[in-house]
Amino acid sequence: MLDFLQRLGRNALLSLGSLGRAGIFLVGSLLGAPRMKGLPLLLKQLYSVGVLSLVIIVVSGLFIGMVLGLQGYNILVDYGSEQAIGQMIALTLVRELGPVVTALLFAGRAGSALTAEIGLMKATEQLSSLEMMGVDPLRQIIAPRLLAGFIAMPMLAMIFSVVGVWGGKMVGVEWLGVYEGSFWSNMQASVDFSDDILNGIIKSIVFGVVCTWIAVFQGYDSVPTSEGISSATTKTVVYSSLAVLGLDFILTAVMFGDF
Amino acid sequence: MRIRTLEISVGAFIVAGIGALFLLALEVSGLSLSPTQDTYKLYAEFTDVGGLRVRGKVSLSGVTIGRVNSISLDPKSSKAVVEMDIDADVNYLSSDSVAVISTAGLLGEKYINVSIGGDEEALKEGDFFYSTQGALNLEKLISDFATSK
Amino acid sequence: MTQNPSNYVEVRGLTFARGDRLIYDNVDIDIPKGKVTTIMGPSGTGKTTLLKLIGGQLKPDKGDIWVNGFNVPKLKRKELYELRERMGMLFQSGALFSDINVFENVAFPLRIHTQLPEAMIRDLVLMKLHAVGLRGARDLMPSELSGGMARRVALARAISMDPEMVMYDEPFTGQDPIAMGVIVQLIRLLNDALGLTSVVVSHDIQESLSITDHLCIVADGKVMGQGSPQELRSSGNAFVKQFLNGLPDGPVPFHFPATDYAEDLLRGDQDAGFSTKAW
Repeated sequence: MLDFLQRLGRNALLSLGSLGRAGIFLVGSLLGAPRMKGLPLLLKQLYSVGVLSLVIIVVSGLFIGMVLGLQGYNILVDYGSEQAIGQMIALTLVRELGPVVTALLFAGRAGSALTAEIGLMKATEQLSSLEMMGVDPLRQIIAPRLLAGFIAMPMLAMIFSVVGVWGGKMVGVEWLGVYEGSFWSNMQASVDFSDDILNGIIKSIVFGVVCTWIAVFQGYDSVPTSEGISSATTKTVVYSSLAVLGLDFILTAVMFGDF
Repeated sequence: MRIRTLEISVGAFIVAGIGALFLLALEVSGLSLSPTQDTYKLYAEFTDVGGLRVRGKVSLSGVTIGRVNSISLDPKSSKAVVEMDIDADVNYLSSDSVAVISTAGLLGEKYINVSIGGDEEALKEGDFFYSTQGALNLEKLISDFATSK
Repeated sequence: MTQNPSNYVEVRGLTFARGDRLIYDNVDIDIPKGKVTTIMGPSGTGKTTLLKLIGGQLKPDKGDIWVNGFNVPKLKRKELYELRERMGMLFQSGALFSDINVFENVAFPLRIHTQLPEAMIRDLVLMKLHAVGLRGARDLMPSELSGGMARRVALARAISMDPEMVMYDEPFTGQDPIAMGVIVQLIRLLNDALGLTSVVVSHDIQESLSITDHLCIVADGKVMGQGSPQELRSSGNAFVKQFLNGLPDGPVPFHFPATDYAEDLLRGDQDAGFSTKAW
């Protein structure tokens, strides 16, 4: 029992310590005015984090929208209100599925790649050699990746939602024969720009910060061996997914809850 | 030339992201880019607003002419006061018009339906509706019916 | 306290521990200016750690490290980064940036630290690459280089800012004899041609002795001997003798500390039983 308490306490202290390191790390990489020299670096990261994630985001968004259309139609048709399918698809996507699924896919696609890349840079002493050249790796390597993640995530989430709505419309309107006019008008009547869309974007920005932060920090803090990097990559995906789902509940409660 | 394709693809990505935002705003939420229409405020007192929500529709003959802006309680009469934003071009609501809380379909959303009266004079900014009719309460209706006979 | 001007680096009273293990215990080391100094010692004695301490990547628990008149552990971040621009370091793995080609790798420090026009950067990079004999390999990616070539490119990068001191971390390990010969020669040539101060960390005795002016042998957290190769060869220290001649037994015992051999064999049964349970 005492042994258990001791282990619990030590683990608590260890995780508190690594949270502190992660915080110092975030501040250290974002502080200091961004230089114009850093712009090409940011572009390159936007490419690998954003552009390369587009395919998986578009394809998943399309299928999720189509599934929502099918499922929604089957339920709503029982109540004779299948015109409400547009509003159902749009609200689900914009408020929840867009930000959350994008963040989960992002953690798996881009987050793990970031962790592995930075972990390998550490293992091959590239980070050390930057330091010895008088270049701060936090600014040269880490900051552009963080910024790229912060920018890319909301973009990806919005693209996801738009593609999803389009997929839902394809199933609902083109295949199942819901009248297109009521599909759009119901949607537009119930989706509010600031309440739904802006809140969804805020969610995805928060997820973007958290996922990229976790990914980059796990890479930077990894043990520079093949085992260490593989466990850091796993941690990135697990921690990001848990953080996204947990934060989603909190954000939803704050944004859409009645208190 | 590799850097060129990289720049172009990142640019396209950002355009796609911003385009998605516009699509969401215009197509999905129906936000109109034209400046918000001029409105004027009208008030109505109800004994029961049950189910009416802020941002609910105000309609005349089924055409939306405004939105519910706020719902509050008048401490003196302890009645509900509903503040509405009515489109400025609808300036011909006669001063004896009646505001009725109706339901879209049997279980649908509550909205305010305006029935126009015969008075020459029209309602102006800040006026109260002459007469109102509160929400139709299904349970009350059934219990009235059951106890009356 | 100030530094003796004939020494580029002076380590005084250095104490450094990693966890419970004491790596350096009150150590003094001199690295003379303009010469090739070799730090030698058995594996795991923290020779690489010493380079990191000099470069300010690690902070000592106690003691001073003077580099060209600056006390590294006391420097502010900005001053430290400025000082590092005057040091080059060749890492064991080369540590080339794997996403850019050889030319860009060598140009990297110049692009970051200077505002030189592109034409001048090109000339400088080609000069450095020529010095290590790899001018023709400028368009290759690091993954296309052999280990020896990667190390030479890394050397070209380390000298691209014309540093005053270059530190070599195990430059000879894992190289075929030809590549090793090339590196040995390069270290000596660059040192003399550019007026550098060179610090080589190694445990390859023959290669090191052939180019070094000053030798420093560390073991068990202490400096066992310091001086020119001739001085050390005639030194009476038993450890230095064992190390320089590569004898298998001596002050560094062949056997890892263990209980008595005969006794150990006799109680085999209990031991085996215990160990399976523990698993």
